[in-house]
This record gives sequence, structure tokens and C-alpha cells, in this order.
Amino acid sequence: MDIKLQQVSFAYSIGTPFEKPALFDVDLEIPSGTYQAVIGHTGSGKSTILQHFNGLLKPSKGEVHIGERVIVAGKKQKDLKPIRQKVGIVFQFPEHQLFEETVLKDIMFGPLNFGVSEEEAESRARELIRLVGLSDSVLEKSPFDLSGGQMRRVAIAGVLALQPEVIVLDEPTAGLDPRGQREIMDLFYKLHKERGLTTILVTHSMEDAARYADKLAIMHEGQSVLTGTPREVFADSTILEKYRLELPRIIKFQQKVENLIGKKLPKICLTEEELALEIAHAINRERDEQ
Amino acid sequence: MMEKMIFGRYIPGDSFVHHLDPRSKLVFVFAFIIVVFIANNTVTYALLLAFTLFIILVSQIRLYFLINGLKPILILLVFTFLIHIFFTREGDLLFELGFFKVYEEGLRQGFYISIRFIVLVFITSILTLTTSPISITDGIEVLLNPLKKIKVPVHELALMMSIALRFIPTLMDETDKIMKAQMARGSDLSAGSLKDRIKAVVPLLVPLFVSAFKRAEDLAIAMEVRGYRGGEGRTRYRKLKWDWRDTVSMLMLVVLTAILIYLRT
Repeated sequence: MDIKLQQVSFAYSIGTPFEKPALFDVDLEIPSGTYQAVIGHTGSGKSTILQHFNGLLKPSKGEVHIGERVIVAGKKQKDLKPIRQKVGIVFQFPEHQLFEETVLKDIMFGPLNFGVSEEEAESRARELIRLVGLSDSVLEKSPFDLSGGQMRRVAIAGVLALQPEVIVLDEPTAGLDPRGQREIMDLFYKLHKERGLTTILVTHSMEDAARYADKLAIMHEGQSVLTGTPREVFADSTILEKYRLELPRIIKFQQKVENLIGKKLPKICLTEEELALEIAHAINRERDEQ
Repeated sequence: MMEKMIFGRYIPGDSFVHHLDPRSKLVFVFAFIIVVFIANNTVTYALLLAFTLFIILVSQIRLYFLINGLKPILILLVFTFLIHIFFTREGDLLFELGFFKVYEEGLRQGFYISIRFIVLVFITSILTLTTSPISITDGIEVLLNPLKKIKVPVHELALMMSIALRFIPTLMDETDKIMKAQMARGSDLSAGSLKDRIKAVVPLLVPLFVSAFKRAEDLAIAMEVRGYRGGEGRTRYRKLKWDWRDTVSMLMLVVLTAILIYLRT
């Protein structure tokens, strides 16, 4: 399902003296099946933008296309439920949304709201609990007896249970330990690859953006200031600095290596594996030449 | 929806009213609430209204906020107005439609009561609009201090109040967030039968309570870590200062009361 933002502006508390503009003429196109990262500093409008992807916020100006649905500013929208089923949002600290007596019931909450049968919802829950790396026995427990990391996984399972076509992630790994972070990010990447999920990752982690995303959009003070593939965006660090962002550590490391050996590697590497490979190639070439 | 709540919000400013000591403002408002009931004829009500408008002018609060503050009690206002119109049977008959009879006195009483309501809401709104919640609690604490003699836990009450006020916006944000998260999971607060709607509140309330308790616990620990031991021997960071403005406003109230008593019938 394609998502397209056209000239979207948004302001909070519109029409009151507390009016606060948050987005200015944002254009963004996310074709079906893309892994899109939205990066920005705190207060850059990235959390505001993500709520437009399923009609939780409606633009003050401009249009939001979600598949066939078009949300136009100023028009009353009826029945946004179908959109919400197709676009799942994992909010920041999603464990705060848990409320049911058991984990099983909580995961089933979403599907049941969208009219899925009990049996189907339960089978989804049983499948997903393993997928997010927890054991079956957790299903009968109260979500409030789990650890923070486990709660996060249950909440994610609760969103995945909707079987959305698009999944929007708002800092999904904030506050997790490094290993948990990696596991969660890898899980989403696997789902993206295997099920063709369109994935939108809102983050300030340059590392995650570099590693997983096909496309990046840099937000700054409510505007989308730079878009492109990770290699395009990371090619010039001066632009990033202008927006108070840093290059991913892996690229900084590559630059340091290049400075030391006095040679450029043939491409910008986005992951440790890639970089290790490139350095090994460089060393081998050196050896062959001698 | 939360963002539209304006009633009771503090709007910083630099007017005469903003600079008043919270104690004098509190005393003023409570005294004014009593003084309002002195008025009993057209002249005195007109005077009350004029006085209120004068205060609004001096406070430099935009009328928008005050009108907004009226909205929650609009039904009450209309209701009492109508009751007076329909049930007071004195004075000349002005209008008749079947068994509906509107009398002059009824209309007049209806207006009087409405003015009383509006004036009270405006004055109390001005108090909250021009005074930060912290100053209000400070003021209340100082004013209630004499009650300590009869073992009323004044400091604790004031602390509870300031904590409650402090967390209103936080809880509102939290509600908004949880509501959105549940909406994203297909919960619908604005559709379905009454039973469905009540059921839809559970996914909102449970997380809200959980986080409120957690916050309370964190706050208690944070306070204890910083050596909080109650109000005994505690000095204040914000000193309340009574200056000429406060005296002037008190005098104004006294003059108003005197005139009202003189003019009432």
C-alpha cells in the first residue's frame, strides 16, 4: 500500500492562542514494500508525521494518500477504521498500552476490534508470541507481571496481530538493552523481507537507519529537508551537521580508516559486515599489488 | 480534544492583576463571591457587571478565554434562566402562549441570576488565568496557616494540591497517547452503543491508572531522596510580597461593597 504526503502542514491546538505549528509543507512518498526511515532531532516533527499515516491526526493543509484513501485537509473523515487495520503503529514505549488480564487477551484485543473471529485471533496470538521471542507460557500471565522488555514484545505482538500491510515504528527500541534492541530490529526487518511489509521507522538512531532502511527522510523543524537512499544522504556529512545530526558510527569509522590508509574505499558501507568485507578486499588488493 | 481545554489554564502576563499577591487575589475572590449576593436591583447588578468588565480590562485577558470558561456551565445557565422565566408569576404579564406565561418579574430574575453566574465564573476564571497554580497553592497555604493550631495538616494539603495541579497536563498528555495507541488497535470511543463505549474506556483507564501509580511511586522516592521530611522548618523559595497593588485592590472591594449596600433596595 503506497503512502503519499502532499504539501502536508499541521498545527496543534489550531484556532486557539496555544496554536503550535509542527509540520510545514511536507512531501513524502513511500511506495509499497519500502523500508523508510524518518530521522530527526527531538522536536523535528517526526512523531507528528507518523500519526498522519493512519489518520490519527488530520493535516491542517495538504493531502495524505493511504492506499486508495485520501485524507484532505478540512474535510470530515468518516470511518477511518479500515485504514487503521492496514497501517499498524507501534508507538514509543508501546508497553504503556497493555491493559488486559492476560497477555493472550491483550494480543487478541486489536484483531477482535476489527471483527476477526475468536479462534483466528487466538491462533494469531499463539503464532506471534513465539515470533517476538517469548514462550507460550507467557500467554496466560498478566502483562503487568512481565519485565519491561517482555512487555515491549507483547505490545509489538499486539500490533502485529492486526496483520497490517504497513507498519509504523516510533523508536521501537528506546530503553531496551543492546541485545534486545538488535533482536527487535532484526524481527521487524525479517517481517519486512518475508511478508513484504511496508515499514516506516521513525528514529534518531543513525545506525538503525543506515543498517535497515532503503530510503531516508531527514526532518528538521517540521520540514522534510533531505530524502534519498542511505548512501546518498550519508555521502555529505556537512549537510547532516547543519541539521544537528551525525553520521552513523560505522561510516565515521570508515572515514577514519580511509584517512589512515590514505585511500578511499570503493563504496560507503552501511553495516559492519559490509565494512569488514571492504577492508578485507582492500588489504588483499594491497597484498596482490606488492 | 484535550488541547481544547482552556478553562483553568494559566496564561502568563504582565498586567496589574498578574502582579497581585496570590493571597490578596484569593481573599478578593472569596469576598467577591459573597459581595455578589448583596446586589438585588438593576442598578446594583449593572454595577457588578461594570466592575467585572473593569477587572477583565485591567487583567488584559482576552475575552475569548472567559467565554470559553463559560461553556461548561452554559446548560446550567440556560436552565436556571428558563426556570425563573417560567415559574415566577409576579409583575406584569408580558407574553402568553397557551399555558406558558412570561411575567416581567420572571424575566428580570432570570437576567439577575444569569449575571450573577457570569460574574462569578469570570472572576474565578481570572484568578486561575492570571495566577500560576503554584502561587495559588502558596497563597492558600499561607492563608490557611492559622488552622495549623487546630491540627489541620495545612502544608500536606497544599503539597497535595500542587502535586495534583502539576500532574494534570502530564496525565492529559498520557491520556492522549494511550487513546491514540488504542485507536490504532481499532478501539473506537466515539461509536457504538452506550455499553460499547463504556467498554472502550477500560483499555484507556487501566494503563492510565498503572502509569499514575508508577509516577506517584517515582515521585515519592525522588522526594525522599532529596530529603523531604514534611513542612516543619521548611523555608520558601518564592516569597509572597504584599505591595500597594494589593492594598488598592482590597480598598476597591471595600468601596464596591459600600456602594452596593447603599444602592440595594
